[in-house]
Amino acid sequence: MPQYETVIGLEVHIELKTRSKIFCNSTTEFGGEPNTHVCPVCLGLPGVLPVVNKKVVEYAIRAALALNCEIAEFSKFDRKNYYYPDMPKNYQISQYDLPIAQHGCLEIDTENGPRKIGITRLHMEEDTGKLVHQGTITTTPFSLVDYNRAGVPLIEIVSEPDLRSPEEARQYIEKMRAIILYTGVSDCKMEEGSLRCDANISVRPMGMEGLGTKTEIKNLNSFKSLLKSLSYEVERQIETLEEGGRIIQETRTWDEAKGVTLSMRSKEQAHDYRYLPDPDLVPMEIDRNWVDDIRRSLPELPDERKERYVEEYGLPAYDAAILTNTKELADYFEVCVKAWPNPKAVSNWIMGDLTRLLNSSGQEITGCKIAPENLASLLRLIDKGTISGKIAKNVFEEMFTSGRDAESIVKEKGLLQISDESAIIAIVDEVLAKNPGPVDDFKAGKERALGFLVGQVMKASKGKANPEMVNKLLREKL
Amino acid sequence: MQLFMRTAHELHDLMMKKEISAEELSKAVFDRIESAEDKIGAFITRTTENAFKRARAVDRQIQSGEKIVPLAGIPLAIKDNICTSGILTTAGSKILSNFVPPYSATVVERFDAAGAAMVGKTNLDEFAMGSSTENSAFFVTRNPWNTSKVPGGSSGGSAAAVAAGEAVCALGSDTGGSIRQPASFCGVVGMKPTYGAVSRYGLIAYASSLDQIGPLARDVTDCALMMNVICGHDQLDSTSAQYQAQDYTGFLRDDVRGMRFGVPEEYMAEGIDPAVRAVIIKAMERLESLGAIVEYTTLPHTEYALPTYYMIAPAEASSNLARYDGVRYGIRAEDAEDVIDMFMKTRSKGFGNEVKRRIMLGTYALSAGYYDAYYLKALKVRTLIKEDFDRAFEKYDLLLSPVSPTTAFRIGEKTDDPLQMYLSDVCTISVNLAGIPGISIPCGFVDGMPVGLQLMGRHFDEGTLLRAAYTFEQNTDYHKHYPEL
Repeated sequence: MPQYETVIGLEVHIELKTRSKIFCNSTTEFGGEPNTHVCPVCLGLPGVLPVVNKKVVEYAIRAALALNCEIAEFSKFDRKNYYYPDMPKNYQISQYDLPIAQHGCLEIDTENGPRKIGITRLHMEEDTGKLVHQGTITTTPFSLVDYNRAGVPLIEIVSEPDLRSPEEARQYIEKMRAIILYTGVSDCKMEEGSLRCDANISVRPMGMEGLGTKTEIKNLNSFKSLLKSLSYEVERQIETLEEGGRIIQETRTWDEAKGVTLSMRSKEQAHDYRYLPDPDLVPMEIDRNWVDDIRRSLPELPDERKERYVEEYGLPAYDAAILTNTKELADYFEVCVKAWPNPKAVSNWIMGDLTRLLNSSGQEITGCKIAPENLASLLRLIDKGTISGKIAKNVFEEMFTSGRDAESIVKEKGLLQISDESAIIAIVDEVLAKNPGPVDDFKAGKERALGFLVGQVMKASKGKANPEMVNKLLREKL
Repeated sequence: MQLFMRTAHELHDLMMKKEISAEELSKAVFDRIESAEDKIGAFITRTTENAFKRARAVDRQIQSGEKIVPLAGIPLAIKDNICTSGILTTAGSKILSNFVPPYSATVVERFDAAGAAMVGKTNLDEFAMGSSTENSAFFVTRNPWNTSKVPGGSSGGSAAAVAAGEAVCALGSDTGGSIRQPASFCGVVGMKPTYGAVSRYGLIAYASSLDQIGPLARDVTDCALMMNVICGHDQLDSTSAQYQAQDYTGFLRDDVRGMRFGVPEEYMAEGIDPAVRAVIIKAMERLESLGAIVEYTTLPHTEYALPTYYMIAPAEASSNLARYDGVRYGIRAEDAEDVIDMFMKTRSKGFGNEVKRRIMLGTYALSAGYYDAYYLKALKVRTLIKEDFDRAFEKYDLLLSPVSPTTAFRIGEKTDDPLQMYLSDVCTISVNLAGIPGISIPCGFVDGMPVGLQLMGRHFDEGTLLRAAYTFEQNTDYHKHYPEL
């Protein structure tokens, strides 16, 4: 069986979080009673005209610059004609041959090191409404249409066929999401549909130059379904070829419940969109000064920030990557480091206990009750030997749930570390008297017995004894 | 003279002098509608209550000594493809036969603000596609000069209403001649402004890059007064131009001395009824006698105007009319099996033949594999046509031609021959393709039917156009003839 190479290209749709829609004043707010966030323009009533929301163009440029794209000097909107009841005009205002931006890239980390994935183009378009059915689409006696989403601004970002595995596709999306979140133009919530993804996928024998016949997979609404559907499709295509079959160019949909991709329509059934320049909208000349202003307003992006963490803070690349994954986490880290300039210690606490607690409670860093300066003072208490590391973990959990500061918790619960030698000796003597067996074991050369004895001392002191001193005193006594 | 046959500026003066009230004027016009409408059929909807309410409000203003703006209280008809809030707006189509818009077109808002008394919504060719108003889904409108003849189209209802005294002035829309040709057939003044001069917001789109709303009036002065109301930038229409609104009446000077008129020989060639040509030549001589310089010139790409138009307009229409699917408004076929079937049955039943013909034509022109050969080629030819005009305007202030090759034809004469029907717009279509302003003014009669003189000007040079039209009007009396009903 020959080795196959997987080739994937992704089309990502991202909703921009402007206050009003792309061509009218209606709100873009998610949810709302059906058909309340609408006006004559986004309902496509006879005689109405679209007017471009300048903020949408600004946000698209902002996203495009963050993805290293070239911004067009001249751009226009086109009509993509096809009939569907959730589309008020039966055409979608989109961009065809003169998109706002082209030729970008983003970098992902692969087994063989970092790799640049090409971005073919980025364009603006309007979202459609939504069909609502009673029961399932096949058994429902009628369809209802909610146009609240119609006219919400989208950018579509098309990648080159540069991705070589489902895992790389997942990484690409995660990276894209991280970058776009940094720019602040979208909240990229896959579950609310503000980030959606279609994939083009083909396989070819290793070493072949050209591309195999591709299929397009639609309806990928989570990272998990992206990974699972692409893995399924790779298998399916290879199996088909191995059995002497042929891949049919078609659009397939991902059935989450069954875990399979299913044929939706073949190339022959594909729409002829009959694009034409939208005569209701005038072409745009993009002012270079404006583009420069937007470029200057961009925040430091994940890749630059990661590099800086390695250089400035001396963090391992792994730590730097995780800390910079979201702007909010990185901002939190930096405030902590300012208050307690030991980057590795801060990083360990954030990546360890904090992440664990956030995940288990389903919280975001932005809602975290531990103020950065409180984390810093906890680290100061550990450093000074006021509390042990083990106690600190308990204090940290208390801080996480209550939001109180470390010192008052330590004081209130009497958790101060015992560093008084005479107090520790008393406990050591007691433990040695109670445990003659392990004492003999240690004396016979079994080092492990010491660990047991340390544990017993710590237990007897309710974890407050200074572990280093316990170690030292035990050895002396024995 | 009967009140309903007077011009708006005369009526304004009478109101200001308190010789008549706005209410009396509305009454006179509605009495006329009552007596004439059976013969003419200009209106799809009458807005009687609205008109009287307006008129009385204007009368109160006059009574309290307020100064009223020139078109306040003037009975105005509006073509039924221009949206009017809370008032049925059908575009002459069965598919919109129950459509009541929740908003008004910008031009309607502006006339409201000016206090005009809307008397009704006028008949038109379905979605403004046609040259005779015979393509209306509802009924045929008749020419007041001879009711066996068409009023022209697509703004036939508006032109007939003004000619018959059923309104003092009217709004139409012009995509390929739809204001100028009916104005010519009905012996009134009709103007298509420069593309972008008037907001299209609320005009039910036929071909967006060509459509323009404009006035139909009894004389050039009324036309200028209407232009004052409707022109100017509108932030609801991206294609409306950013330019300073001006007082067009300031251009109404009786003087064309030294003004250079070019007469494109292609517009006077074969295909133009010799009797019409003779009337136009007489008008040329008249202008010369008034001190103008009139010469023949050439617009070499004229022969491609009609085919270019019939690529671009239907292509845009096929997309613009896609929204009429029965989902949100308008009529919906009830017996559909699924959503695609609903679309097809609704559109099959809702649209008339000419509309279907143009949707098919446009869909074809935009289809994969044909786009370059048809639509894109048409766009290129459109540029050549524009350049023809640019060159001509280097030498001439205005261009002059007939509006239509013939006077009004008989009802039914061309309904079975779309190409013959299309040819009646051969002199007006290039103006839309080039985006320049054009006006039709009465310039004579052939066998008792009015002939229109077309003047064409540079982009946003409506002023020169109005000045020339005004001068011609001041020195002739064709606009003072009224049809006997």
